[in-house]
Order: sequence, then structure tokens, then C-alpha cells
Amino acid sequence: MLRYTISRLLQAVIVILVMSLLLYMLIGLMPGDPVENMLEGNPSLTPAVVAQMRALYGVDQPLYIRYGHWLYSALQGDFGYSSVYFRPVLVVLGPAVLQTAKLLVATQVISIPLAMFLGALAARKPGGWMDNFVSLFAFASISLPGFWTSLILIIVFAVKLGWLPASGTPLMTDAALSQQLLHMILPVTVLTFFHVGPLVRYVRASMIETLNSDFIRTARAKGLSETTVLVRHALRNALIPLVTVLALSFGTLFSGALVVETIFGMLGMGKVIYDAISNIDFNLALVGLLLATIVTLLSSLLADLAYAWLDPRIVLK
Amino acid sequence: MTELLRLDHINVDIPIGGGLFRPRAWLQAINDVSLSVAKGETLALVGESGSGKSTLGFVIAGLRKQTAGQVAFNSNRDVEGRKSAVQVIFQDPFSALDPRMTVWEIVSEPLRLKGASSKERFSKSVEALDQVGLPPEAAHRYPHQFSGGQRQRIAIARALVAEPEMIVADEPLSALDVSIQSQVLNLLDDIKRRHGISYIFISHDLGVVRHLSDRVAVLYLGRLMEVASRDDLFETPSHPYTQALLNAIPRIGRGRRKRENILRGEMPSPLAPPSGCVFHTRCPRAQDICSQERPELLPAPGRPTQVSACHFKD
Amino acid sequence: MSIVTAEKPIIRPRGASIWSMRWGRFRRNPIAMISLGFLLILTLACAMAGPIEGAMGINHNSANLYIRFQEPSSRHWLGTDDLGRDVLLRLLFGGRVSIAVGLLATLITAVIGITIGVIAGYVGGKLDSILMRMTDCIIALPLIPLLIVLGAVDLSKIGLSREAATSPAAVFLRIVVIIALVDWTTIARIARAGTMSVRNVDYVRAATVSGASGRYNVFVHILPNIATPLIVAMTLSVGRIILFESTLSFLGFGIVPPTPTWGNMLTNAQELILSAPLLAVYPGILIFATVMAVNFVGDGIRSALDPREDGRH
Repeated sequence: MLRYTISRLLQAVIVILVMSLLLYMLIGLMPGDPVENMLEGNPSLTPAVVAQMRALYGVDQPLYIRYGHWLYSALQGDFGYSSVYFRPVLVVLGPAVLQTAKLLVATQVISIPLAMFLGALAARKPGGWMDNFVSLFAFASISLPGFWTSLILIIVFAVKLGWLPASGTPLMTDAALSQQLLHMILPVTVLTFFHVGPLVRYVRASMIETLNSDFIRTARAKGLSETTVLVRHALRNALIPLVTVLALSFGTLFSGALVVETIFGMLGMGKVIYDAISNIDFNLALVGLLLATIVTLLSSLLADLAYAWLDPRIVLK
Repeated sequence: MTELLRLDHINVDIPIGGGLFRPRAWLQAINDVSLSVAKGETLALVGESGSGKSTLGFVIAGLRKQTAGQVAFNSNRDVEGRKSAVQVIFQDPFSALDPRMTVWEIVSEPLRLKGASSKERFSKSVEALDQVGLPPEAAHRYPHQFSGGQRQRIAIARALVAEPEMIVADEPLSALDVSIQSQVLNLLDDIKRRHGISYIFISHDLGVVRHLSDRVAVLYLGRLMEVASRDDLFETPSHPYTQALLNAIPRIGRGRRKRENILRGEMPSPLAPPSGCVFHTRCPRAQDICSQERPELLPAPGRPTQVSACHFKD
Repeated sequence: MSIVTAEKPIIRPRGASIWSMRWGRFRRNPIAMISLGFLLILTLACAMAGPIEGAMGINHNSANLYIRFQEPSSRHWLGTDDLGRDVLLRLLFGGRVSIAVGLLATLITAVIGITIGVIAGYVGGKLDSILMRMTDCIIALPLIPLLIVLGAVDLSKIGLSREAATSPAAVFLRIVVIIALVDWTTIARIARAGTMSVRNVDYVRAATVSGASGRYNVFVHILPNIATPLIVAMTLSVGRIILFESTLSFLGFGIVPPTPTWGNMLTNAQELILSAPLLAVYPGILIFATVMAVNFVGDGIRSALDPREDGRH
């Protein structure tokens, strides 16, 4: 098991390095001069130094030299300056990561029990009206465009009804918690809706399979109530692989977060990346994307490890 | 009789496991098997599950490459020479036919691979279907419209259509209902008589083997235990393993089974074969020498055409 | 004839091929049929966008600030937008782009995915491991951010001339290509799984014994037998890709105005929420309805193609 973990970690590191090179190249393909742009945001560089660096690591230098320089600095913790904010990239990203984390944690906290509940209800009576409702719900969640759902919710709840604010964060950054939560209701609702859909389908299928297995029949034969059977035995078994499903869904969650943050004006990682690319802020875009990629890869690595831990056969392959 | 097939010291090793940081283990599926089959002769390969008989059959058919040793077909050592001249019939009639193709397309596939025109392929397939007792209307149907026994016949028709010299039949009756088995068995017998095709008949059912074969080879853990003519094997079995197998055939009203040769224990794992004679762990006659020295395939006393690998053969 | 007596073959009419049975099953699925009908009508309407425009005598792209935000009237069935353009026409033209992207990108995705999946599944070993690692990595990545940066690429930096890089054709192709570049993984996985289950099956072995090459087995035996899940996956892909395209266009990194697409017709919707909320509703409803219909059709195909049903009628 340890060997497997180490091997997967090494692979992950290699993948991250490869991704960083790919992203570096992609970012460089955005309109504008990448090197010039990357040096722009740093207020402490004099024009003479800029000219010097441009000669050493400028666009006319081969790619590997430029990338190598970037990587060297990055490994020492220097990720450059944002050409839009005129601040170090990490300083800009810090609070953004926090903001997105708040959003995603809230989403997960609601989604997981909700998915379990709906999935269990649906699995209880396959073909029943609850099951059909859940299926329709899941269907809608993969057919609706996330950005449009957000807009409609804003129209209905903020504009027409006036119940909820139209933005995701209150104007004052030190607003009371209750205010913050109020503003988060709509964005979290949207994210939850789209996150729960596939989860529910999974829980439902998994539970139906478990419910047909022998040990459930034993439990029922022992005379346990249907609820106990459902919750204590079936649900628990169906949940184990759910962990990996959750870890693998980070990528889609993050994509959704980008859209939601943009529409609701929340300054999270998604919006920062979006703005960075829109405003051609090379350093910020590169590091933001890389960070998102790293977190995604790490969560999928965790999924693999959790799965291997739960099912030893994977390791022996 | 002319020799059709010759196997010389065949070894088949299968790699198991192994990844980035783990060494592979090698499973010795077949170990030092040498055989010869004449034209028109039926050789049966018998043994329990895991004895390697299917693997050997696949090597003969060209589906698996041997790790060591030579396979000579019509004195030709090249695998290409065997293509089509050696055909195969598989055990499971439900996976032997492509469900997306019509019966005539399936049956005539060997001809398609030789470049024949569809007209020719169609007429030859109808002929082949007739030989196995299926009417021409079957040609346009799909496999799922037929029963297991019928599907097996379609598979036999496919094996026949390219006029092969040898057919490797891998447990062709095991998946069929008992009542159908005798029909298909008779069909195979009929074909053998009419076309003079050699069979490599793989089976774990000695009763069936007795009906069809000329010679029998007994395999255990990928090694030959005994090779003899059908009559010699069934009447005067030489190797204790053969004797035990024969004693296990259910017999009704033929008197009590001899107690002495019932097999003990389970077949050892091929990953860890016993030393010396691989059968010694279950052999009622085993002595010290059996775990130290591997016995060679030598003629049984008084019967030069019957060979068996045992230090204490009969 | 020999001593063998033939068992009576089951009498079935000649035309009972698997495909006609499946179409019959699909036909009896009301939701799927309605969805299919809707999609056909929609596609037809969008295809007729040009002639309809000609008949109406107006240009869907030209602004006319005198008639902004008009209510639906007999002249403009759905009213006009913030630049005075006919909403219905723009919806139809937008549909053309969205559907075209959906279909074309699905095709390319399928080609890439099937090729990679079949090769990985058939060859196995190290190649399979490497390809699967690559696939798993891409599956796990957050796609929208990736698509955005791909969409921001300045085409003139990779060799295209200035005009070519900004032409509508280039913009259209770019979005098709970048979506295909990230979306092939689902199909690849399905193709690989299918290939692995078929390549060791007896009828493939029988073909090998008679001299079949790898290419023969792949095209004659494997591909037709893995077609079923692939067809379902490709259908569902269309819906997913339409969602990708509309999201990207909404964010400004897909199809850019003035060419309308359902996505970019919503880009300004946030600002117009107060003045004309309906403008935010129409394009979204179309996206939703189209993708939902595609998903229903895909689900219908999945049940119709279910191999367990093939044994019976």
C-alpha cells in the first residue's frame, strides 16, 4: 500500500510539472507579449532591469529557457506579480482561495446529506413517484445551463420578489455573518442543484444494488424496520464508494464555481482566473490555473488512494 | 501414417502481475510437452481444470505463442502455415458467434479472410450448414435465434468451411445439454469419418473421449502424465493419475469402484508446482524418489506404444 | 443426410434484423419520440433561418435603435432586443450555431475518443496504462477554466494571418476544436472498456485462427459490437457540448457577437434584467429544452438498444 501511495504521488508530481509547462505555453499564446506582461506588475523593477530581463528571458528566447526561469522562481516561492493588481500573485490569490473554499464547503455540506436523502427515498421504491421525481430532478440538473439558472434565480428572487440579494458577497467585507450567509444563499443553491443531480443518481443506483443483496434480505428477515434497514445497513454500504465520486467531482464543482462567482460577483478563484484571462494578466492566470489544476489532481489522487485502501485488489494489479 | 502435427518440448510460461515496482511472477502453464499427431488421427487431451489442456490447444491453433519449443505442421514450423488449415471449436456456443453477423457471414468468415467472393462464400456456407444438419434458411438468421446445440453446429460448420486438415475442439460438449451432447458428438464423428480430419479433442470427460479418440494424452499441471492408444489407456492404464481418473467415471451397475485409486486432495497451484513428479502430492504410490526426481515419459512394460511418466508405473 | 437430425429452427421472418426490432422499441417510447420530434422541428426551423430572414426583410444582426425593447408584435413575434434586433430571428440563427457546434464537435470527439479507447483496449500493456493515465488526468481537470484559456488563445500566434484568425469561421472552428480536445475522454473510456471485453471473446479468436489481422478484428468484430454504448454516449455528448458552448459564449470566450448564439445572447442579460427580463429567458429556455430533448432521446436509444431485449421481440 505504501509503495502504491508513493508511486501515485510521484506520478502526480510529474503530471503537475507537465501541466505547468502546458499551461505556461497556453498562457503565452494569449494576445500580448507574455514576458513584458509578466514583468509589468512588479513595481520594484526599474526599466533597466526590465530591459535586462527581457534580453535574458524574452519572447525571442527558446521556450524551455523562459519556462525554466519561471519554474526556478516558482520553486522558490516567487510567482511573480499580477499586471492588473500590481501585487504579488499569491497575495491576490490568497483571499480568493478562501472565498471559493467557503462556497464549495457550503455546497458540499448541503449536497451530501441531500443526495443521500433523495437517493435513499428514490431507491426505496424504484418506479414510484418519488423515484420518478428524483430522476426528473437529476435529468434537469444535467440539462440546464448553470449560468442561466443563476440568472433566472436572480430575476425571480432578487429582482421580482426582492427576498434575496443579487450578489454573492455583501458590499462591506467585514459584514456580519448573517449578512454573508444571506448573500450566499443563491449561489450555493445553484451549485448544490447541479452537484446533487449526478450524486443522487449514483446513490440511488448504488442503494438499489445493495438493497437487492443477500445481507439486506437477512436484515429484513430478522424483522428490522424498513427505515433501519435503509439507513443503518444499505446506506452505509452504498456510501463507501461515494467518497471517491465526491473527490472526482471537484473538477466539475470548480467549473461551476467559476460561472457562479462571475455572475454573482464573488471574488473567488474562479472569478480571479476569469478576470485574469479577460484582462490578459499572464502571471495571475497561470498561477491561478495551475493552482486549480493541482487541487483537482490532488483530490483525484485522494480518491484513488481511498479507493485502493477500501478495495485492496486494486493495489495488487 | 504421415505425421501432421509435431510438438517438440513445448513450454508455455504466462506472466502474472507486475507493475511499476513489482517483479512479475511466471506461471508455467505447459512444461516440456512433446507430441505427434498423424493425418486423420484423433488425439484427445484430457485432464482436470487447470491442467493446461486448453492452453496447449491454443498453441496448436496458433492463438498463443509458446515460450520454448517447436510446433511443426506438415513439417512447416511457421505459424502462418497453420492459419486456416487448423481450425478451432470453442466450449461456449454463446460467445463463439458474433451476434451482429448473420449465420452465413459467420460460417464463411474463414473464406472471407482468404479473399473469396460473397457469392462463393454464401454457397459454401450453405453447404457447410447442410453438413452439420442445418437447413439453408438458417443462413440469413442471427445467432440469437438458435439454441445452444444449434449454435455449436454453426461453429462446427465454420470450422469445416475452409476444408481444414485439423480441428482443435476445446471442450465442445461441456456447455451443452446432455441430450444434445450425443447428437453433436455423433456429428463430429461423422465428419471425421467423411473428411479424414484430425482432431485435437480437449475434454475432461473420459466417457466422451473413449467414443471419439484414437490416442489419448493425459495432462496434469501442464505436464504429460501418459500418452497411449485409446484401447491401451482404457483397458490397461499405466499412470496412477490415469487410473484415478478412470475410476472416477460414474458407472451404473458395473460393480463396486476400486477403493485404492481415489484422488486425494486438490490440484496444487500452478504458481507453486510440487518438486520432482508434480503428481506426488496426491499419488497413492508416492515414495521419496517421487518428490526428488521428475520421471520421464517412458514406455510401459510390454507396451512400447504406451508411454507414461511415473517411477512406479504399471 | 447423416444420422444427425436437425433441431427445428425457429421460424422468424427474414426482416427480423436486430435494428428493426430496436427501432420498434424506440418508437414505442413516447418521451423519446416527442423529444426527437421537437429536435427535428427545431433543426428544421434553424436551418430555415436564412430564408425566413429574407422573407421578413430584416437583418438579424443590424441594429435599429429606434425599435429597442419592443413587445412581441405581429412584425416581431418575440419582440426586439436591446439593439432593436428581432429576437426570434436571432434565436433561430443562434440555434444554427449551437446545433452545428454540438454535432461537429461530437463527431470529432467520437473520432478521437474511439481511436484512443480502442487502441488502449486492444493493445493493452504499457500503452494502455499511459493512455489511461492521460485520460484520467483530463477527466479530473476543471474544464471551464481550461476552455476559457484555450478560447483566449490568439490564433495569429500559431501561424494564422490576422484576418483568418478573427474570421467567424476561425472562431467557430476554434470552439469546436477546443471542446473536442477536452471532451473526448468519456467516449474513450467507453470504447476502451468495450474493446477489452470483446477482444478476448471466442468469435474474435476464431477469426484470428483463420488469419485475421488486428485491424480486421477491430473493424469487423470489435467496433460493431461496441457500437451500442458508443451511440448512446455520442448522443448525450451533443447535449453536453451544447452546454459547454453556451457557457463559453456567455462568458465571452466562445462565439463572439455579433454572431448570435444562445449563450452570448445572454451575456448582457444581467444588465438588462431590470429593463427586459424576458430577453434573459428565451435563449435559456431553448438551451434547456434542446439539451433535455437530446438527453431524452439518448435515454430512449439506450433502452431501445439494451442487449437484454434482443433475445425477445
